[in-house]
Amino acid sequence: MSAVPGELTPITPPLWLVAELTYTCPLHCPFCSNPLDFAAQTNELSTADWIRVLREARALGAVQLGFSGGEPLTRKDLEELVTEAHALGYYTNLITSGAGLNEVRIRRLKEAGLDHIQLSFQDSTREVNDFLSSTRTFDLKRRVAALIKDHGFPMVMNCVIHRLNIDHVDRIIDLAVEIGAEYLELANTQYYGWALLNRDHLIPSRAQLERAEAVVAARRADLDNRLRILFVVPDYFEGRPKRCMNGWGTTILCVSPDGTALPCQAARMLPNLEFPSVRTSSVRDIWYESRAFNRFRGEAWMPEPCRSCPERTKDLGGCRCQAYLLTGDMGATDPVCDKSPQHGIVLAAIAKGDKVPERALLFRSPENSRVTIEATRPRQS
Amino acid sequence: MTESAPPADSGRPRVARLFRLQWEEAQQAHVLLFPEGMVKLNASAGQILLRCDGMKSTAQIVTDLESAFATSGLAADVEAFLKLATDKGWVEWVVR
Repeated sequence: MSAVPGELTPITPPLWLVAELTYTCPLHCPFCSNPLDFAAQTNELSTADWIRVLREARALGAVQLGFSGGEPLTRKDLEELVTEAHALGYYTNLITSGAGLNEVRIRRLKEAGLDHIQLSFQDSTREVNDFLSSTRTFDLKRRVAALIKDHGFPMVMNCVIHRLNIDHVDRIIDLAVEIGAEYLELANTQYYGWALLNRDHLIPSRAQLERAEAVVAARRADLDNRLRILFVVPDYFEGRPKRCMNGWGTTILCVSPDGTALPCQAARMLPNLEFPSVRTSSVRDIWYESRAFNRFRGEAWMPEPCRSCPERTKDLGGCRCQAYLLTGDMGATDPVCDKSPQHGIVLAAIAKGDKVPERALLFRSPENSRVTIEATRPRQS
Repeated sequence: MTESAPPADSGRPRVARLFRLQWEEAQQAHVLLFPEGMVKLNASAGQILLRCDGMKSTAQIVTDLESAFATSGLAADVEAFLKLATDKGWVEWVVR
């Protein structure tokens, strides 16, 4: 493809719907992907709204469906939504912390046709798990894992990886084997929202990362295919950006709790895009017609060095949210790329990977969310 | 089953427990769905997997395909695909 401005790029259908049912969550993880101002978003979509979204997205071709949050189990209508989604032919994934998943609800979810459960742990040790989530949930999660297996669900164990647990990767893999997970996602922290606020606490040193990579490689060889391990090297350390969300508006549609439609969960804070709402627009209009979803499709928007870069079709210029958060310009080359003139920002962040942070860790809580809303108010005018 | 028994060593392939095979109109393709993932299948892979029901042997799948598409000589392709599908974990074998 050439990069002629204004050239039409064919729009592919959304294949993946992320339904963020709620921002309510009993856990307080300091790397949460929810927006900093989540406490200001209290106007959740109704059951009927969600059912309409599920139908409209399915009609466009969406087939993978993630019920996410917050903690989606805090929605009492989860079973009803799963029932509808299953009848529509979605493959339904529940992305949960485990809090709220008991014998009664898991039985109902099975009957509703739920296909898979992704259960998060924050670490392989009770101490770090319970510290990072600010809850006593480690033992609960282990009981929930047993419940998931007892009811015959495939299980993905997810663990967000950062400086405080990356040295436990070997034990985290043991835990995944112990609880009978089919897949383990070692999800290196991505620095948006709460994780960006807490980056100096979370970013590992290069030496930590290299040790973890070696452990994962060795364990993969030993485990054969009994447990599949996903471990993606964090883009800060790669020197090249990732193809974010498989490309803006190419594959993934996120609908946030209040109905705002986004190309990615983190995109909500991007300025002047006026993301459409499923309350006022059809999913078809949102995906194909809205200015926000078309803004970064194709290559016409790209600046140099992306515009003339042979790798532009591979990474599509990287992540717009990261470009905005780190450079202040959402149309800039993702600064994790070592060809970016602003790559120094990322090198400076990596250099803090073995330093003691200057500020305290800030947990994701409604109180801290309100503080960040206050702190950003003057600049938002 | 009414067909004659397959050779004792063959086993009968079926789509593995973690996967769901379905036709997707928007993609005009069969896809394999699994936890947080999807594989879009080409036409022949889709036709082979559709017949992996844990009842038919590889030989029966080949015969079935050759008759459905009025052709012959598919055995090598089917076997090669089933080997790949087994390595990827898409297919498991029922041995009786």
